[in-house]
Amino acid sequence: MTFAPRFSPDSKSVVMSFSDSKTANSEIYSMDLNTRSITRLTNDSGIDTSPSYSPDGEKIVFNSDRSGSPQLYIMDKDGSNIKRISKGKGVYGNPVWSPRGDLIAFVKNRKPNFYIGVMDTNGDNERIIVQDFALESPAWSPNGRYLIFYRQQKSNLDGTGGETTIHFIDITGYNERIIPTPRDGSDPAWSPLL
Amino acid sequence: MLKKLLLLVVTGFFLASCAATNTQQGGDVDAASSSTSSGSDSSITAGTQEDLIVNVGDRVFFEFDSSELTVDAQATLDAQAAWLMQYADTNITIEGHADERGTREYNLALGDKRAFAVYSYLAQAGIDTNRMEYISWGKERPEVVGSDETAYSQNRRGVTTVTN
Repeated sequence: MTFAPRFSPDSKSVVMSFSDSKTANSEIYSMDLNTRSITRLTNDSGIDTSPSYSPDGEKIVFNSDRSGSPQLYIMDKDGSNIKRISKGKGVYGNPVWSPRGDLIAFVKNRKPNFYIGVMDTNGDNERIIVQDFALESPAWSPNGRYLIFYRQQKSNLDGTGGETTIHFIDITGYNERIIPTPRDGSDPAWSPLL
Repeated sequence: MLKKLLLLVVTGFFLASCAATNTQQGGDVDAASSSTSSGSDSSITAGTQEDLIVNVGDRVFFEFDSSELTVDAQATLDAQAAWLMQYADTNITIEGHADERGTREYNLALGDKRAFAVYSYLAQAGIDTNRMEYISWGKERPEVVGSDETAYSQNRRGVTTVTN
């Protein structure tokens, strides 16, 4: 199974999770899109997924439960120098490096809620931007000032509820707006500047 | 302006709108032309998914964020292994699932580990791996709709499905 692909900033490679069918252990690999050569970047029995390049392409932030719970780590683009950066209570996932390079957006789950926040690239200065029952999939605006994400409402046993909506918010936590969609919307992605 | 900047991947929301899957397969069976499991409902054809569900149990459940097989899960898989030994012509797919309280990508990986835990247990119990495949559905196919622990506990599962 291959999943969680992301382009490098120069579009020359892709980083992704690959789970070997003989072990079901998800590891992070990069692929050179010209040569199709593949490099294994992680080697750990835990889950390693959701990689995201820094804007200079030199580092990768990712999600791993190698410590026993899902946390955020950074490494060099060749897989060396792995360091945990998430420090707060709760479990973390879905890290996304800002196009400006200064912040990492993330999803955090601390019962009973989910949070979307930002932290410095070394994990300092964690700041929660929005919280709700369920939040996921933060994506940066090209200027690094805004995030889009989606909210999911609670669902009921009769099948009602569970609506998902896409939202825009300033990283100060102000000026949140719903992005209208014809039906429910989820998993937004922001196009690069033209 | 905003619309120009945004490329929204809009999907019909399938989690909530997906009604609980009915895993009961088949329907009325002509008892005269079918063998049945011993001591069971005579309308159930032996060696079918329905037989597995009713007489063995087609699924095991996991703790939150865990792919370890509980004692109950191991007992169910022991029974599944015996059933698969009895019906040696059956092939299966093992599905690994997660509850909705995690990110899509992490849950895909977690579902993979859960499915593999079932697969490995059955393999160690003597089931030929050529008869088995496994797949992760992450949190994308909940069995039970609802946002409470009752629903979540039923959605953190490994399901054995007869494919022939």
